[in-house]
Amino acid sequence: MLFRVLRKEAVADLFGLLAESNRMVAPVQSGLDCLGSPLYAFKEVTDYYEISLTYTTTKIPAKKFFMPFRETMATFIVAGKDWTKKIDLNIDRPFVVFGMHACDINALNKLDKVLLGNFYPMPYYAAKRKNMFIVGIDCVPQPYCFCRSMGADTALHGFDIFLTDLGDHYFVEILSDAAFNFLRQLSVSEPAESDHALYVKTVSAKNNKFSVRVDTTDLTKILDMEFQSEVWEKWGKQCLSCGTCANVCPTCYCYGVDESVGLDLSRATKTKLLYSCNLIDFAEIAGGHNFRPESHSRLKYRYYHKHRGFVEAYEEALCVGCGRCGEACLAGITVPEVIASVRDQES
Amino acid sequence: MPDGTNFTDVMADRQGCYHRKSDLSAFEHTCKGELTSIHRLTNLENLFRIRLLDPEDRKRFTFQPGQFVILELPGIGEAPFSISSPSSGHGDLELCIRRVGTLTNFLFRLERGTHVGIRGPFGTGFPMEQMHGENILLIAGGLGLAPLRSPIAYVQENRNLFRNVDIIYGAKHPSQLLFTYQYDMWRADDVNLHIIVEKDDPSWKGPVGMITKVLQEIFAHRDADYFQKTYAIVCGPSVMFKFVCAMLNERNIPMQKMFVSLERRMHCGMAKCCRCNIGSTYICLKGPVFDYWSVMNLKEAI
Ligand SMILES: Cc1cc2nc3c(=O)[nH]c(=O)nc-3n(C[C@H](O)[C@H](O)[C@H](O)COP(=O)(O)OP(=O)(O)OC[C@H]3O[C@@H](n4cnc5c(N)ncnc54)[C@H](O)[C@@H]3O)c2cc1C
Ligand code: SF4
Ligand code: SF4
Ligand code: FES
Repeated sequence: MLFRVLRKEAVADLFGLLAESNRMVAPVQSGLDCLGSPLYAFKEVTDYYEISLTYTTTKIPAKKFFMPFRETMATFIVAGKDWTKKIDLNIDRPFVVFGMHACDINALNKLDKVLLGNFYPMPYYAAKRKNMFIVGIDCVPQPYCFCRSMGADTALHGFDIFLTDLGDHYFVEILSDAAFNFLRQLSVSEPAESDHALYVKTVSAKNNKFSVRVDTTDLTKILDMEFQSEVWEKWGKQCLSCGTCANVCPTCYCYGVDESVGLDLSRATKTKLLYSCNLIDFAEIAGGHNFRPESHSRLKYRYYHKHRGFVEAYEEALCVGCGRCGEACLAGITVPEVIASVRDQES
Repeated sequence: MPDGTNFTDVMADRQGCYHRKSDLSAFEHTCKGELTSIHRLTNLENLFRIRLLDPEDRKRFTFQPGQFVILELPGIGEAPFSISSPSSGHGDLELCIRRVGTLTNFLFRLERGTHVGIRGPFGTGFPMEQMHGENILLIAGGLGLAPLRSPIAYVQENRNLFRNVDIIYGAKHPSQLLFTYQYDMWRADDVNLHIIVEKDDPSWKGPVGMITKVLQEIFAHRDADYFQKTYAIVCGPSVMFKFVCAMLNERNIPMQKMFVSLERRMHCGMAKCCRCNIGSTYICLKGPVFDYWSVMNLKEAI
């Protein structure tokens, strides 16, 4: 990795340079919540002054830009007993995400493992993911953040540039040659010894700001042992099976497929719709048998997939600790509390 | 890289191979198949014979007994079905399908000659080669005979490679028996066929009861040496294989020599939609065929 430093004002130039020929997606303030605190969202922007680089976690992750909630997979033209299928991979123009937090970058890295892995890489995702340029930005831990417990508080790869605020300038980590070429056009300089020291100090100051922790020691085994535990039923009673948690989760990717026929019966469309394992018919099969009929069995499955199964497969959890699901849940179910309650069964 | 004009071409030329490490463009590739014949088996099940039309697809389409395809009807939907025909038939396949919902009801209304979409083959198969030189118990409950018909055909075609072969088949009612026209053929190939129904009717002359009853009777006449050299394939509803596998286990057939096929909801067949997932195991990729040891280690599999 190459390091540089960039004057604060030059970030606008970096934005301008990238925006010259690319679609820009960036965090903007989208409104205020009922307490008057700002709400943030990833939006397509054209003007640097619309964006807010000091944003706190967005309600909805940037996944809508590379994994839309609704996406056409293919269309058919039907004629009598025959038809033709036109596959639409939705290859879009490249785009830049300007200002992504480490947790969201790590979420992308996890999605890559599933969706771009060896077996049947998914073109719908690849078409957008491979055409993304990511500018990362450091953040201030919020009361709901537990990314550090999930090992997702720093991004080691998956971005092009990562900016860390050092006061009057940014510390710049450069991962791609494309990023290097862009930065060459700006006035960047080699970091001094003092910049290194300041960077390390800034990062460790951030580390001290986390207020929630999740103990993941031996978690896979504990989840196995507590598979039949009644804590799940307690959480299940609370859960509304609304699926919001999956909607706002940057690492959730499951989907369903829906086919529909046009009004003139000669055209049909195949659509991919993001789903949620908390929804009642997630594991229902023909004949009405449901493998997870109770809300607690579905909630439990969500935790087992993220914190046990995925760890078994990839040696990391399918959760970056962004805290979005807990913030969005109307029933007040949060990951740190659920995991703590399961661990409590052991003591 | 982003400069507004060029981007990664993810739609590289279609390559010849459509297997696990498939290229991106194969993901949504649908083979066009023609319904060459529709054979009525019972009032709920039909056997659909499908011929893949594209010569390239025909060449590429090889499968193992136990694998499944996803059948697509444009605008109606798609669903997974086990291939029910011999694995020696490239590009010509048979699916034994029960009428249960939207897609299957629509399928039952189609006429011969209609084109359907076939994706796959997907999943794992029964490791038939591993079973050479051994006894085989082929056990099916209800519609479980559909996936079992492919290993049965394999055994018929390679009868010299197996020792004792038994088919044990349980159905609810004599009217629900599938593939009745093939029973004499199986017997003629030196396969012991045992059929039991839960409820009989006046015409039924065979045994009545649960499938475990026939197994009990068969096992009473087999010695320990037999079980040492036996593989079992069990297809059917999960309650059934739970009991059956427990019985096989009692007779000391190792769990790694018992194979079952699991059913889950599936929307992709390629380990992407996550609908078939148990823990982190995609039934569509690592299954549907599992040995019983793996099933025991999957939480909530049975
Ligand atoms: C590996 C495997 C092999 C199978 N083999 C056979 C077979 O040989 N013969 C046979 O008759 N049936 C088989 N099935 C079951 C078959 O997939 C269902 O009967 C079929 O999905 C019913 O679709 P439907 O639209 O008619 O029913 P509906 O109830 O209307 O289904 C609606 C939706 O639910 C999904 N769905 C419902 N049930 C299932 C299911 N069991 N598995 C996956 N998705 C489901 C479908 O994708 C569909 O989109 C198999 C299932 C699996 C998983
Ligand atoms: S955990 Fe909360 S957000 Fe998730 S489904 Fe249950 S009620 Fe909805
Ligand atoms: S499970 Fe919750 S905390 Fe974990 S990544 Fe998803 S939304 Fe964030
Ligand atoms: S069917 Fe989609 S993941 Fe298995």
